[in-house]
Amino acid sequence: MGKYSSWDFKKRDHDAKVNMNGDASVQVDKRRGRICEHADICKGYLDDQFNQIEELQDEVSPNFVEEVVALFFKDSSRLLANIERVLEKYPRDFSRLDSLMYQLIGSVSSIGALRMKNECTSFRDHCSDGNLEGCKRSFQKVKREYTTLKQKLEKYFQWLRQAGPVEQATNSRK
Amino acid sequence: MATTRGGKVTGGDGSTAKPHVLAVDDSSVDRAVITSLLRSSKYRVTAVDSAKRALELLGLEPNVNMVFTDYSMPGMTGYELLKTIKESSNLRQIPVVIMSSENVPTRINRCLEEGAEDFLLKPVRPSDVARLCKRVLH
Repeated sequence: MGKYSSWDFKKRDHDAKVNMNGDASVQVDKRRGRICEHADICKGYLDDQFNQIEELQDEVSPNFVEEVVALFFKDSSRLLANIERVLEKYPRDFSRLDSLMYQLIGSVSSIGALRMKNECTSFRDHCSDGNLEGCKRSFQKVKREYTTLKQKLEKYFQWLRQAGPVEQATNSRK
Repeated sequence: MATTRGGKVTGGDGSTAKPHVLAVDDSSVDRAVITSLLRSSKYRVTAVDSAKRALELLGLEPNVNMVFTDYSMPGMTGYELLKTIKESSNLRQIPVVIMSSENVPTRINRCLEEGAEDFLLKPVRPSDVARLCKRVLH
């Protein structure tokens, strides 16, 4: 996430309809950078909790969403690496695996990553069943969801940055 | 100068000082979120990553008006932090809110019985935080 330098949210008081790369036009509340409610990139992947995080971005914390997402990626990659290591070295240590996944679920829920959360929960179910194969399968899915989520969020930030020059401004509020 | 510990805040000259809230959570994501939630309500916020650090700070700072703590933390848990605060003669007046991602009724009751102000399920909603702060701090 380090490649994302801070950008200035243009402080406009109106929503702007922006056409991005020929995709369906996306309504952007540019004061808050909120587009997830309207954009397909987030559907199913990020739930209302992510909107709450977008809501917290303001003049005092203009890069809040980016900062939280960066923290999330840092924490998650660390936890995923730990889980991978434990699966390799102490595969039947279900209690340790469960405890690590519990921590990961915490961050995942806080950011609103719904699909990833469901896979993480599946992993924990396999831990309680002592099902190692189940855990390994689930873990692959968790990693896939994580990669997809990263891609979606990268796209989200790209769209926000592209929303700089506004082609059409309307006075409509959401 | 604000000298009230815990709960409502008034300055010595009758003016109201900004309440100081301590947030305790080992997750950096959750710390960022709770801090932002509290700051947007205009409170002074200090966020620490462990109960141990929270107690260190409480020992040094005379004016913490409220504590929000995660339940599950490595080392000392939020419950143990709550107990320590409530058993201390100087700290027991400070309202403590426990946050947890797990909805376990026995856990919730145990915390409330130990003197927690309230128990919030994570991810915490801004409206819950605002409601609690309003009740406790104003």
